[in-house]
Amino acid sequence: MIQIVSHPIDAQAVLAAVASPQAGATVLFLGTTRQFTGDRETASLDYECFAEMAEQKLRDLADEAQRKWPLTACAIVHRVGHVDIGEASVAVAVSSAHRQCAFEAGQWLIDTLKQVVPIWKKENWADGTTEWVHPGLEDTEQTSREAP
Amino acid sequence: MIIKVRLFAVARQLAGTDSLDVDMAPGSTLGQLREQLAKQTPALEAVLGQVLFAVGTEYAQDATLLREGDEVACIPPVSGG
Repeated sequence: MIQIVSHPIDAQAVLAAVASPQAGATVLFLGTTRQFTGDRETASLDYECFAEMAEQKLRDLADEAQRKWPLTACAIVHRVGHVDIGEASVAVAVSSAHRQCAFEAGQWLIDTLKQVVPIWKKENWADGTTEWVHPGLEDTEQTSREAP
Repeated sequence: MIIKVRLFAVARQLAGTDSLDVDMAPGSTLGQLREQLAKQTPALEAVLGQVLFAVGTEYAQDATLLREGDEVACIPPVSGG
Protein backbone atom coordinates (compact mmCIF):
# COMPACT_ATOMS: atom_id res chain seq x y z
CA MET A 1 0.00 0.00 0.00
CA ILE A 2 1.60 3.24 -1.18
CA GLN A 3 -0.87 6.10 -1.24
CA ILE A 4 -1.24 9.84 -1.14
CA VAL A 5 -4.72 10.67 0.14
CA SER A 6 -6.80 13.73 0.85
CA HIS A 7 -8.88 12.16 3.62
CA PRO A 8 -8.09 11.06 7.19
CA ILE A 9 -5.64 8.17 7.32
CA ASP A 10 -7.15 4.81 8.29
CA ALA A 11 -4.45 3.39 10.55
CA GLN A 12 -6.21 0.03 10.78
CA ALA A 13 -6.17 -0.28 7.01
CA VAL A 14 -2.45 0.51 6.97
CA LEU A 15 -1.83 -2.22 9.58
CA ALA A 16 -3.98 -4.65 7.64
CA ALA A 17 -1.90 -3.94 4.54
CA VAL A 18 1.24 -5.31 6.21
CA ALA A 19 -0.35 -8.18 8.14
CA SER A 20 1.12 -11.58 7.34
CA PRO A 21 1.46 -15.02 8.92
CA GLN A 22 5.21 -14.61 8.29
CA ALA A 23 5.36 -11.53 10.51
CA GLY A 24 6.29 -11.74 14.17
CA ALA A 25 6.61 -7.98 14.43
CA THR A 26 4.62 -5.04 13.09
CA VAL A 27 5.63 -1.42 13.59
CA LEU A 28 3.36 1.52 12.81
CA PHE A 29 4.57 5.13 12.81
CA LEU A 30 2.08 8.00 12.67
CA GLY A 31 3.24 11.57 12.15
CA THR A 32 0.67 13.85 13.74
CA THR A 33 0.13 17.59 13.83
CA ARG A 34 1.71 18.91 17.00
CA GLN A 35 0.28 21.96 18.76
CA PHE A 36 3.49 23.62 19.97
CA THR A 37 6.88 24.13 18.36
CA GLY A 38 9.05 25.98 20.84
CA ASP A 39 6.85 28.85 21.94
CA ARG A 40 4.83 29.01 18.73
CA GLU A 41 1.37 27.54 18.60
CA THR A 42 0.09 25.73 15.53
CA ALA A 43 -3.60 25.91 14.68
CA SER A 44 -3.37 23.42 11.80
CA LEU A 45 -1.18 22.34 8.90
CA ASP A 46 -1.79 22.25 5.17
CA TYR A 47 0.18 19.82 3.02
CA GLU A 48 0.76 19.84 -0.70
CA CYS A 49 2.79 17.59 -2.97
CA PHE A 50 4.15 17.11 -6.45
CA ALA A 51 1.91 14.12 -6.77
CA GLU A 52 3.46 12.05 -9.54
CA MET A 53 6.96 12.36 -8.14
CA ALA A 54 5.93 11.99 -4.50
CA GLU A 55 4.14 8.72 -5.14
CA GLN A 56 7.10 7.45 -7.17
CA LYS A 57 9.52 8.40 -4.39
CA LEU A 58 7.35 6.67 -1.76
CA ARG A 59 7.41 3.50 -3.88
CA ASP A 60 11.16 3.79 -4.34
CA LEU A 61 11.63 4.11 -0.57
CA ALA A 62 9.44 1.09 0.12
CA ASP A 63 11.39 -0.94 -2.47
CA GLU A 64 14.70 0.17 -1.00
CA ALA A 65 13.58 -0.70 2.55
CA GLN A 66 12.66 -4.18 1.36
CA ARG A 67 16.13 -4.57 -0.18
CA LYS A 68 17.89 -3.31 2.95
CA TRP A 69 15.91 -5.37 5.48
CA PRO A 70 14.13 -8.75 5.33
CA LEU A 71 10.65 -7.26 5.60
CA THR A 72 7.42 -9.12 5.09
CA ALA A 73 5.61 -5.98 3.95
CA CYS A 74 5.72 -2.22 3.97
CA ALA A 75 3.02 0.44 3.64
CA ILE A 76 3.23 4.22 3.42
CA VAL A 77 0.28 6.60 3.32
CA HIS A 78 0.75 10.35 3.25
CA ARG A 79 -2.13 12.75 3.57
CA VAL A 80 -2.29 16.10 1.79
CA GLY A 81 -4.64 19.02 2.35
CA HIS A 82 -5.75 20.32 5.72
CA VAL A 83 -4.58 18.38 8.80
CA ASP A 84 -5.78 19.47 12.25
CA ILE A 85 -3.98 19.12 15.61
CA GLY A 86 -3.59 15.48 16.57
CA GLU A 87 -4.50 14.15 13.15
CA ALA A 88 -2.06 12.00 11.21
CA SER A 89 -0.36 13.36 8.11
CA VAL A 90 1.67 10.22 7.48
CA ALA A 91 1.56 6.53 8.33
CA VAL A 92 4.45 4.14 7.83
CA ALA A 93 3.97 0.46 8.66
CA VAL A 94 6.43 -2.37 8.32
CA SER A 95 6.22 -6.02 9.26
CA SER A 96 8.97 -8.60 9.54
CA ALA A 97 9.70 -11.93 11.16
CA HIS A 98 11.57 -10.24 14.01
CA ARG A 99 11.29 -6.84 15.58
CA GLN A 100 14.79 -5.39 15.14
CA CYS A 101 14.44 -4.82 11.41
CA ALA A 102 10.85 -3.65 11.73
CA PHE A 103 11.96 -0.86 14.08
CA GLU A 104 15.03 -0.01 11.99
CA ALA A 105 13.19 -0.01 8.67
CA GLY A 106 10.31 2.02 10.05
CA GLN A 107 12.67 4.67 11.35
CA TRP A 108 14.67 4.73 8.11
CA LEU A 109 11.50 5.11 6.05
CA ILE A 110 10.14 8.13 7.89
CA ASP A 111 13.59 9.74 8.26
CA THR A 112 14.28 9.37 4.54
CA LEU A 113 10.75 10.34 3.46
CA LYS A 114 11.25 13.61 5.30
CA GLN A 115 14.43 14.28 3.30
CA VAL A 116 13.53 13.34 -0.26
CA VAL A 117 9.80 13.13 -0.97
CA PRO A 118 8.38 16.26 -2.66
CA ILE A 119 5.73 17.04 -0.07
CA TRP A 120 5.55 20.35 1.81
CA LYS A 121 3.73 21.56 4.88
CA LYS A 122 2.45 25.02 5.61
CA GLU A 123 2.07 26.15 9.20
CA ASN A 124 -1.20 27.88 10.04
CA TRP A 125 -0.04 29.52 13.27
CA ALA A 126 -2.53 30.30 16.02
CA ASP A 127 -1.75 34.01 15.61
CA GLY A 128 -3.25 33.90 12.14
CA THR A 129 -0.05 34.01 10.10
CA THR A 130 0.91 31.23 7.70
CA GLU A 131 4.33 30.04 6.68
CA TRP A 132 5.71 27.36 4.36
CA VAL A 133 8.13 25.02 6.13
CA HIS A 134 11.39 24.67 4.19
CA PRO A 135 14.19 23.34 6.41
CA GLY A 136 17.42 25.17 5.77
CA LEU A 137 15.93 27.83 3.51
CA GLU A 138 17.42 31.15 4.58
CA ASP A 139 14.87 33.53 5.97
CA THR A 140 15.00 36.30 3.43
CA GLU A 141 13.21 39.60 3.12
CA GLN A 142 10.74 37.75 0.98
CA THR A 143 9.84 35.30 3.71
CA SER A 144 6.83 33.21 3.02
CA ARG A 145 5.23 34.36 6.23
CA GLU A 146 1.93 35.97 5.40
CA ALA A 147 -0.32 37.98 7.64
CA PRO A 148 -3.90 36.82 8.04
CA MET B 1 12.70 25.64 -26.71
CA ILE B 2 10.00 26.32 -24.16
CA ILE B 3 10.55 24.53 -20.87
CA LYS B 4 7.60 24.34 -18.50
CA VAL B 5 8.58 24.79 -14.87
CA ARG B 6 6.14 23.73 -12.15
CA LEU B 7 6.36 25.67 -8.93
CA PHE B 8 5.48 24.43 -5.45
CA ALA B 9 5.11 25.81 -1.94
CA VAL B 10 7.10 29.00 -1.31
CA ALA B 11 8.21 29.14 -4.95
CA ARG B 12 4.59 29.19 -6.11
CA GLN B 13 3.73 31.74 -3.46
CA LEU B 14 6.56 34.08 -4.45
CA ALA B 15 5.98 33.77 -8.20
CA GLY B 16 2.21 34.02 -7.87
CA THR B 17 1.72 31.11 -10.26
CA ASP B 18 2.05 27.34 -10.20
CA SER B 19 3.76 27.16 -13.57
CA LEU B 20 6.11 29.25 -15.71
CA ASP B 21 7.29 28.83 -19.28
CA VAL B 22 10.97 29.58 -19.81
CA ASP B 23 12.46 29.95 -23.29
CA MET B 24 15.87 28.27 -23.38
CA ALA B 25 18.29 27.68 -26.25
CA PRO B 26 18.66 24.05 -27.34
CA GLY B 27 21.48 22.44 -25.40
CA SER B 28 20.85 24.54 -22.29
CA THR B 29 21.49 23.02 -18.89
CA LEU B 30 19.32 22.95 -15.81
CA GLY B 31 21.82 25.33 -14.20
CA GLN B 32 21.25 27.83 -17.00
CA LEU B 33 17.50 27.45 -16.49
CA ARG B 34 18.00 28.21 -12.81
CA GLU B 35 19.80 31.45 -13.75
CA GLN B 36 17.24 32.38 -16.38
CA LEU B 37 14.38 31.85 -13.92
CA ALA B 38 16.02 34.25 -11.49
CA LYS B 39 16.32 36.90 -14.20
CA GLN B 40 12.86 36.33 -15.61
CA THR B 41 11.08 36.16 -12.23
CA PRO B 42 12.99 38.30 -9.73
CA ALA B 43 10.51 37.38 -7.00
CA LEU B 44 12.05 33.89 -7.04
CA GLU B 45 15.65 35.00 -6.94
CA ALA B 46 15.98 34.76 -3.16
CA VAL B 47 15.12 31.07 -3.09
CA LEU B 48 16.41 29.78 -6.43
CA GLY B 49 19.89 29.14 -5.07
CA GLN B 50 18.44 26.74 -2.51
CA VAL B 51 15.92 24.72 -4.50
CA LEU B 52 16.39 21.39 -6.20
CA PHE B 53 15.00 20.69 -9.64
CA ALA B 54 13.42 17.57 -11.01
CA VAL B 55 13.16 16.72 -14.69
CA GLY B 56 10.09 14.58 -15.07
CA THR B 57 9.91 12.82 -11.69
CA GLU B 58 13.62 12.48 -10.95
CA TYR B 59 15.91 14.90 -9.21
CA ALA B 60 18.51 16.29 -11.63
CA GLN B 61 21.81 18.10 -11.30
CA ASP B 62 22.53 21.54 -12.72
CA ALA B 63 24.73 19.96 -15.42
CA THR B 64 21.74 18.07 -16.88
CA LEU B 65 21.04 18.96 -20.49
CA LEU B 66 17.46 20.01 -21.17
CA ARG B 67 15.49 18.78 -24.15
CA GLU B 68 12.38 20.05 -25.91
CA GLY B 69 9.32 18.89 -24.00
CA ASP B 70 11.10 18.37 -20.68
CA GLU B 71 8.93 19.21 -17.69
CA VAL B 72 10.90 20.67 -14.86
CA ALA B 73 9.71 20.99 -11.28
CA CYS B 74 11.13 23.50 -8.81
CA ILE B 75 11.47 21.69 -5.49
CA PRO B 76 12.10 23.90 -2.44
CA PRO B 77 13.41 22.08 0.64
CA VAL B 78 10.83 19.42 1.40
CA SER B 79 8.84 19.16 4.61
CA GLY B 80 6.65 16.09 4.38
CA GLY B 81 5.85 13.83 7.28
